[in-house]
Amino acid sequence: MEIKGVAEKLLAGYIVNISERCNDIIIEVDSRNILKCLTILKNNENIAFDFLVDVVGVDNSQYLLKKDKAKKGEEPAVEAPKAPALPRYEVVYLLLSLQHNKRLIVKARVSEDNMTIDTVTSLWKAANWPEREVYDMYGIKFNGHPDMRRLLMWDEFKDYPLRKDYPLEGKGEKRALIYE
Amino acid sequence: MENENNNKKIEAYTGPGWVLTTLEMFMNWGRQRSPWPLPYGTACCGIEMMAALAAGYDMARFGAERPSFSPRQADVLIEAGTITKKMEPILKRIYEQMAEPKWVISMGACACSGGVFRTYSTVQGIDTIIPVDVYIPGCPPRPEALLQALIMILNKIGKDHPYYRFKSELEGNL
Repeated sequence: MEIKGVAEKLLAGYIVNISERCNDIIIEVDSRNILKCLTILKNNENIAFDFLVDVVGVDNSQYLLKKDKAKKGEEPAVEAPKAPALPRYEVVYLLLSLQHNKRLIVKARVSEDNMTIDTVTSLWKAANWPEREVYDMYGIKFNGHPDMRRLLMWDEFKDYPLRKDYPLEGKGEKRALIYE
Repeated sequence: MENENNNKKIEAYTGPGWVLTTLEMFMNWGRQRSPWPLPYGTACCGIEMMAALAAGYDMARFGAERPSFSPRQADVLIEAGTITKKMEPILKRIYEQMAEPKWVISMGACACSGGVFRTYSTVQGIDTIIPVDVYIPGCPPRPEALLQALIMILNKIGKDHPYYRFKSELEGNL
């Protein structure tokens, strides 16, 4: 069975971009349609992506900047970087069909102006903690998530550490734990 | 390795039915033979610590007979592994809950200096939070290294002067 063809047919009208790399099929959809698309991919009998492997976030700001510079072929200017044409963040869903042993990557881009995307915990309970991790690391909120708290950093932590503008060694945060 | 203190018996005058020694010698003799560890394993060093505590290396030979999971009954805190900033106040609290006298072994590169994790989430050495007596390098160190660290702690206990350290408190009680 050719996943690419079937998925293309099923998601007709939703797909922004479809590509293939190292035998992985990557489908990009609009972030507003993510829940609809994943529902279709999960519930369709022919492909049945019944297993969510992981949900990850990506901050593309540096990547887009570098690409820009490479095109021009000059050293980066120190001043404020040009606003990237594409939305800064993306959320990536890694799907697996246990019935057919096929894999698929679904992407949705999230812009800085509207840092929200629909949760998919209603489809896969496995999305609960990965989505919390994405929120913790990038600050992307998931609408309708049952428990939208930080997962790894402590609750009082202010920043989102995997954003590219956050320094690697942190800003000297310290956790103060109050015992009652 | 300095082992004299460990092998030394109580320096004392003996006779039939009595032993005469100093209070300090007697206290150190007791402490040297029962350094109960608090196993605080937070990463892969914890696995090596378990190996050192288990039958193969048998840390109980050196008096670490009972790994104490309660800080109240522990003497030596073996901090084996990475400490994240989220964990920092908890480690401090555990250390504060231990009763005097107490010693700390910092086991492995992460505990000593943060190791390879020079990031926003990792404490750069537990000596920024609590005092450390013995550092063990390695990633992770072998169980023999932990045994050596314990013997170094024992030597340190042998050189201690508990009476002078707590003179006023002791005299009030005697």
